[in-house]
Amino acid sequence: MGHGVRWLERKGDPSMNDHSTDRILAAPALRRRALLALGAGAGLAAAAPGFAPSAKAQPAQGMRKGQVVVGLSQEPTAFNPLMPGIEVDETIWMNVFDTLWYPMPDGSLVPSLATEVPSTGNGGISADGLRWRVKLRPGVTWHDGTAFTAEDVKYTLELIVAPGFKSRTRLGHALVRDIEVLGPHEIAWRMESAFAPYLAFLSNTYIVPKHLLAAASDPNTAPFNGAPVGTGAFRWDRRVPGDHIQLAANEKYFGKGPFLERAILKYVPDMTALYAQFRTGQVDAIIGTGIPANFVAEAEKLPGKRISKVSSGSLEVLMPNLGQPALSDKAVRQALYAGINKKGIIDVIFYGLHKPTESFAPQESWVYNADLPAHRFDLAAANAMLDKAGWARGANGLRAKDGVPLAFDISTTTGNALREQSQQLLLQDWSKMGVAAKVNNMPAAVIWGEFYVRSKFQTLLVGTGFRSGIDPDPSNRFASNAIPVKGGSGGNYMQWENAEADRIMVEAQATFDTARRKALYLRLQEIVRDELPILPIYQYVTAEGTKSNLMGYAPNINARQNTWNMREWYWA
Amino acid sequence: MSGYVVRRLGQSLVLLLMVSMIGFAILHLAPGGPLSQFAAGGDMTQEDLDRIAKELGLDRPLPVQYVEWLWRMLQGDWGRSYRDQQPVLQIIGSHIGATLELMLTSTLVAMMIGAWVGILGAIRRYSIFDSLATIGAMVALSIPTFWFGLVVIYVFSVGLEWLPAGNRYTIGDESLLDRLHHLIGPCMVLALVSTAVWSRYMRSSMLDVINQDYIRTARSKGLPERRILLNHAVRNALLPMITITGLHLPALLSGALVTETVFTWPGMGRLFLDSISYRDYPVVMGILVFTSVMVLAGSLIADLLYSVADPRMGAPG
Repeated sequence: MGHGVRWLERKGDPSMNDHSTDRILAAPALRRRALLALGAGAGLAAAAPGFAPSAKAQPAQGMRKGQVVVGLSQEPTAFNPLMPGIEVDETIWMNVFDTLWYPMPDGSLVPSLATEVPSTGNGGISADGLRWRVKLRPGVTWHDGTAFTAEDVKYTLELIVAPGFKSRTRLGHALVRDIEVLGPHEIAWRMESAFAPYLAFLSNTYIVPKHLLAAASDPNTAPFNGAPVGTGAFRWDRRVPGDHIQLAANEKYFGKGPFLERAILKYVPDMTALYAQFRTGQVDAIIGTGIPANFVAEAEKLPGKRISKVSSGSLEVLMPNLGQPALSDKAVRQALYAGINKKGIIDVIFYGLHKPTESFAPQESWVYNADLPAHRFDLAAANAMLDKAGWARGANGLRAKDGVPLAFDISTTTGNALREQSQQLLLQDWSKMGVAAKVNNMPAAVIWGEFYVRSKFQTLLVGTGFRSGIDPDPSNRFASNAIPVKGGSGGNYMQWENAEADRIMVEAQATFDTARRKALYLRLQEIVRDELPILPIYQYVTAEGTKSNLMGYAPNINARQNTWNMREWYWA
Repeated sequence: MSGYVVRRLGQSLVLLLMVSMIGFAILHLAPGGPLSQFAAGGDMTQEDLDRIAKELGLDRPLPVQYVEWLWRMLQGDWGRSYRDQQPVLQIIGSHIGATLELMLTSTLVAMMIGAWVGILGAIRRYSIFDSLATIGAMVALSIPTFWFGLVVIYVFSVGLEWLPAGNRYTIGDESLLDRLHHLIGPCMVLALVSTAVWSRYMRSSMLDVINQDYIRTARSKGLPERRILLNHAVRNALLPMITITGLHLPALLSGALVTETVFTWPGMGRLFLDSISYRDYPVVMGILVFTSVMVLAGSLIADLLYSVADPRMGAPG
């Protein structure tokens, strides 16, 4: 998506798989060792179709060679990982900073700055979910040489909710109370209420250095924000604005790697030009927005290049505004859904790249419900549904009910030719159902402004995610108290209200019992599939490319960018 | 002369104030805003978005925001980017070098070739060369820059592998030779259109001059044709070009939006496009003021130079 659409791309989903939380969390180190014993590439290959195992063994710890140039179609510009940023900014955060733990492709959480992931099983989280205690890794230093301690974690969690600080989100963090430093490498806090997704939230919360930010007169404008200092595998080297960011290997990194001397994150705004630079070898890897769909078949034949089709956690959906009289009728939404030629859109317009889906949860998620009714493109059935619901055709062939015409706008970002073609397909099929839909597209900065967040649209063609961070909890998008235009706080711009769904989401947030959570989310997917507050079209699949001799690249649907393990990349 | 300069400067300040006021209003009244990019992602709550809007001061009445921006501007504070929190002047400074490098080179190339084609076309009016130059100019002006840029990349970078497919330099090399190598592609694209424009200006100006009485007089005096052309015709034909060059000054510094995007050139054009896309108000306003100053300064300098180059005009006053 030229930047407008790609603003929406979200990769991750918390996929903690089917294992119980306790089991996962009780032996994270073991799981990690097992993976590493297989070799990162081999261990992760199963999660990434098309990913070839390493041809050459990983270098010995401390060995570093060469540089990698990663091409990005958006420019990373936000370097303080606690402040507002978009997905591409995370390519910097995940390499310069560390989180307490991070998610693997199979969904397990692996400790990073913590020595173990707390759980109810290991006593890190109390049975009622209210007391948390985290042991931290000793011997870790910031890039400037200062020792990392529990004070840094305390400062980070406090800064996120500090008045006046422009933190990205306080969701979940606002529940944290009474943070207590128990020792240089141990910290505890109390939660105002039990909130299971917080474990996943912390896997995306980067720890910042107290000694640099607390010393600044205003953390919003601290010099740190332009030249970050972290504990990560790479340290900040230099930035040429509008062009590239250069990271250098952190020789004192506590974990495995890095095996490269430098990593360059190169901004190439035009996706066709980015692909051309990949072809000519000027960039070694294209991640994030990936290779445009129309070039994928050609790219797969390029010598010396490897193309991986990687699933994203984002969905392309038709989002109806239920505040519109016609669209508030469930029968209308179901008929419109039956009138979507998903196969036509995916195969003809997107060269078969994306995956059709029925659920708001990514298909790789541990809560994914594979038994939802399958969509069938059937205009006759769609017409019958509308007839039955009382939407009668008028003299002009268009439908109406009680004086309300079945007419609406369908909007998306301007300038995305493939999306515009999808709209034409939808319009063409819906016109056969007596639906008067028309295109009303706008630039990205316009459409995702008040038009979106104040529910001024009628229907939107949008690529977005329905989770909280990397947890499956979708209450920010589906809860009835998350409708901004009705005074709520959240992203339920469809204005969908369902009492059973509300109950499910509240209960699933409060329990740490993975099996129970899964059961609840399976039921929620059934409700959403039936009610259709969103009409799911497909789950995004991105074609990412690397040079064949770049080893260690491993797609991770649970990471927000596939530079998540750049520390383990190396040249064969 | 100094009175004239002071008067023009005064007028320019009033114009600048009006431009900034209109620009500020249009920018802020346009639907959408800097937080749209975060809303689209779906993982920030409305509460988060409202809080950040408040912290950025975007919830206040527009006139209040404008007066505050103007007051800070008058004190030399151009504000900070919403995107990377860096001071606006520093951001402009970090992009202007790339733009100057590209625009100066392509303009010099275009001026030299364009002047030569224009002069020759005027001297040999209606000749095959003139006809071909005219058709060539029309074609060059009609080609979309975006398409031509991609064609250059496809042919010379992907196909022939002679040129890099964009970028200002190879990261880690950055030598003069490497920079020149990277300059060829975008320069070719920009110079194509500019050469066509300059050649048409030059041809028209030259035609005006060679039909003047003093040229006929020079010929009747028996001066050699070469001397007539170089000393009398070309010198006078170049005078209108001073104005055009002056008006071209802002373009030199504001960059070429499309070419910079296609060739991954980190210049002012791309900065402007990105800042508009993300509604980075402080940077867009900074570029607007900077470009306006350049336009006003360019036109003033052109007027002054014209009077210096052509004493017949006398000192402006």
